[in-house]
Amino acid sequence: MKPRQQRMAIIFGGIVGLGLVVALVLNAFSGNMVFFFNPSQIAANEAPSGKAFRLGGLVEEGSMRREDDGLTVHFYVTDNAERVPVTYTGILPDLFTEGQGVVAQGKLDENGHFYASEVLAKHDETYMPPEVAEALEMAKGARPVASSLAQ
Amino acid sequence: MNINWFKYASPASFYPLAGKMIPWFAIPAGILAFIGLVMGLFVLPPDFKQGESYRIIFIHVPAAWMSMVIYLAMAFWAIVGMVWNSRLSAMMAIALAPTGAMFCFLALWTGALWGKPTWGTYWVWDARLTTQLILLFMYLGYMALHAAIEDPRRAARASGLLAIVGAFNVPIIYFSVQWWNTLHQGASITPNKSEMAASMASVMLIMAVAAWLYAIAVALKRVRCEILDRERHASWVAELVTKTGQVHG
Amino acid sequence: MAEWFDMGKHTWFVWGSYGVFAFFIVAELLLLERRRRTILQRLSRTSRMNSGVNDET
Repeated sequence: MKPRQQRMAIIFGGIVGLGLVVALVLNAFSGNMVFFFNPSQIAANEAPSGKAFRLGGLVEEGSMRREDDGLTVHFYVTDNAERVPVTYTGILPDLFTEGQGVVAQGKLDENGHFYASEVLAKHDETYMPPEVAEALEMAKGARPVASSLAQ
Repeated sequence: MNINWFKYASPASFYPLAGKMIPWFAIPAGILAFIGLVMGLFVLPPDFKQGESYRIIFIHVPAAWMSMVIYLAMAFWAIVGMVWNSRLSAMMAIALAPTGAMFCFLALWTGALWGKPTWGTYWVWDARLTTQLILLFMYLGYMALHAAIEDPRRAARASGLLAIVGAFNVPIIYFSVQWWNTLHQGASITPNKSEMAASMASVMLIMAVAAWLYAIAVALKRVRCEILDRERHASWVAELVTKTGQVHG
Repeated sequence: MAEWFDMGKHTWFVWGSYGVFAFFIVAELLLLERRRRTILQRLSRTSRMNSGVNDET
């Protein structure tokens, strides 16, 4: 390959790469810009109906119920204003617990029940050692932490 | 004072100066990285929710920060190079690119390996992850364009333009988690608040400073290569080579 | 020690991150050093050639 042809090839590669970038941007920012809808938006009928979308919010405390097969779970996703019932069959991420953030991909049926095909845990930006978390929990005087019995 | 700056803006006098500066950045980088790694992997306790996997933060966040900072620095030198027509600035810009691209890839890689155990997936097309991937393509496009054009002046001008255009992506990456609903969590540490335990935050900052110093040292070393390459016909390079036999300075 | 290496069952994720990170840093440093060597060798070769030409004239 002559240097000139080589240069053309690299420029061509660059143009293809740039085109790929633009395609990615358009794909991501047109339909997908709203990564998830929260329960209030669903209550206001802002979420697409009959189409798969993502639902985001907190797993409501005390709402989680596991079926006997051990794989199917029912829970409510809440944003402290509205709540949406969710059913999911599959393996949940490690961080999935009640009170924790969650993003579920799936469809809403006509009764307002969300059937998820994928559940992801959304965690917040706090990081601390377990002892600090326990101390904070104690200080709040909320529910007593199990390991505080040891003291 | 001004005269001094202009003096060091010439490749011939910057070459030995850069050589003298490298250890001042490289040695502290090594020491800080060592401290950070020992603290992050051995000393600090696990996170209350994520357990051990949160330790990835000590390399993930510095890599992500550096990928953005280096891109801005690259765009800055590209602008300086174009406005003042300074050869050295253009060389600085291209010397930064490979290190920035490396940190960008590492941010994506460590993020994927952190996402799997915490979120439950290696990758999602949310705003933060997508814009960071675009940054990697900008780096690669910049380097490809620079390599494609033989004339160094035209190469610097064309790729510099791309660097400046791409710089608009950087604030979008940073604020994406505030502007849109994303799976990626918000920033733990901003100038106003910290949502991390002080011990963990300080180790992350130590690693970030180490990454800064590393990037500067490597960029200086690479710009020295650029200078020698670009100025190989200049008399001072020939003098340097004949004087020392092997160039040490 | 083995327990520490396990990283609470997150072995692959934590060590996969740190390992690839270290690999890239080491690779960048080695490549950069090699590039410097090659440039210097080429320069000293051309300078010897030039000085040889000068001696003859």
